[in-house]
Amino acid sequence: MGLFYTYLGAIDLGLIWGFLVLGVYITFRLLNIADMTVDGSFATGGAVCAVCVLNGIHPLLAVLLAMAAGALAGFVTGMLLTKCQIPAILAGILTQIGLYSINLRIMGGRANLPLTTADTLFATLAKNWGISRYYVALAIALTFVIIVIALLYWFFGTEMGSAFRATGNNEQMARSLGINTDMMKLLGLMLANALVALSGSLNTLYGQASDVRAGTGAIVIALASIVIGEVIFRFKKSNFALTLCSVIVGSMIYRCIVALVLQIGLNTDDLKLLTAIIVGIALTVPTILSKRQQVAMYHKLTAKEDK
Amino acid sequence: MLKLENVSKTFNLGTVNEKKVLREICLELDDGDFVTIIGGNGAGKSTLLNMISGLFPMDSGIITLDGEDISLQPEYLRAQKIGRLFQDPMLGTASDMQIIENLALAKRRGQKRGLRWGITKEEKKQYYETVKSLGLGLEDRLTTKVGLLSGGQRQAITLLMATLQKPKLLLLDEHTAALDPATSAKVLTLTNEIINEQHLTAMMVTHNMQDAIDVGNRLIMMYEGRIIYDVRGEEKKNLKVADLLKKFEEASGHEFVNDRMLLS
Repeated sequence: MGLFYTYLGAIDLGLIWGFLVLGVYITFRLLNIADMTVDGSFATGGAVCAVCVLNGIHPLLAVLLAMAAGALAGFVTGMLLTKCQIPAILAGILTQIGLYSINLRIMGGRANLPLTTADTLFATLAKNWGISRYYVALAIALTFVIIVIALLYWFFGTEMGSAFRATGNNEQMARSLGINTDMMKLLGLMLANALVALSGSLNTLYGQASDVRAGTGAIVIALASIVIGEVIFRFKKSNFALTLCSVIVGSMIYRCIVALVLQIGLNTDDLKLLTAIIVGIALTVPTILSKRQQVAMYHKLTAKEDK
Repeated sequence: MLKLENVSKTFNLGTVNEKKVLREICLELDDGDFVTIIGGNGAGKSTLLNMISGLFPMDSGIITLDGEDISLQPEYLRAQKIGRLFQDPMLGTASDMQIIENLALAKRRGQKRGLRWGITKEEKKQYYETVKSLGLGLEDRLTTKVGLLSGGQRQAITLLMATLQKPKLLLLDEHTAALDPATSAKVLTLTNEIINEQHLTAMMVTHNMQDAIDVGNRLIMMYEGRIIYDVRGEEKKNLKVADLLKKFEEASGHEFVNDRMLLS
């Protein structure tokens, strides 16, 4: 039974961290920006949520406030990127570093806040319903995931969403069609970081603690999940809703891999290195494969001509 | 319709690479004018169009479009009134989006992009007919990603996109130069048809002198950032490539040595 709960917990975490992955997907794949803000805004989401529930605010409202804080962080990065013309990576890093201090301030100068005494939704509901909090987390996270994916699917199909996708795809063309591309980037960063903060706040509620370092390496974990999702689901006809789902599944698989290697006996300290290696390999393999395919095809076709 | 007063632009101002690309250009276009622009490399043709579209800021001068001073307007605001085609067919369309999505984006030029659905049912029917009129067989592939189309097909789609929402001004920057001769001719014919049908005001930069004579009602020749020849109406219709070469030699004081122009 212990093993079962280990993997159920991994699925829970995968769903909860899935919002982070969706946020990074929006900036990285749709806007073509590697947004480093997320490492900071993930912790911001957790910090805001933790302080709110400690002060007796309902957890759901706390999650909404956390999302607003995340959007604000995205707004700062967006302004640095569009108005100050700072390169995207650097703009994100600046916000991320600044957020470290802000997150400490939010948590009253403490690096971590335990929430064992507060209403953290998952634990409370588990008690009320009389079931394991793993199932509660699964139900809540899954509900949130379905709602968020439905909203994103709808949004990216609207006029504004189309303009957003065009901005990421061909900025020059978007501007030549009268789209305010700066506004679109700003909007995208705000939306993405709101999702990241949602992830951070749910993670805090689930783990019943907020840590200022919770978001360290979040972007790499998100990229790993995106790549895993993309490798596993290769649709003949691309469907945006399915792509969004594949990103979430990628996140869950990533967590299962982590659970597996921990079970094998790897140290948690080594996880970051492992993740970095996974992402490095996952981003390299497609390039090497396509090169090899090209060479193999060349040999095959050339051999035919020689005959 | 369009009025340029003393428009100037210098690149790399204050450095050894300083280059005056536009020198106090004055130009006035009437409603429905279709102007072709020719000139050697570095004459300032593309820069002139880029000043009007707002791709780069200009150094001095005033540009008025339909009575509105657009000199300091950002590119995306001007784009709501101006349709544009670039030389590179890749630049005018979003390659990861479907043909129909690209058209729907263009249809909303100058309109508020809200939270209504990106493409309506009526539009789909309308686009089918519009794309059919291109005669490229693309009407049955409306959900194909634009990235899978050839350069000529993409340029034809871009042409539709630029004119789907009637622009006050259409800017064509060597939009047929990157295409093979047959496709180039086809896109040019299409351009001419659309401009005449919709009675558009347009400017077209070209390296092909014959094309410059054949289409449009007015021709401008540029040299070193100045307009050195401006001809319209009957006089323009009766021009020969040889006349243009002679004009160029008179103005510049030396022979025309651009192979690309001589061969065309």
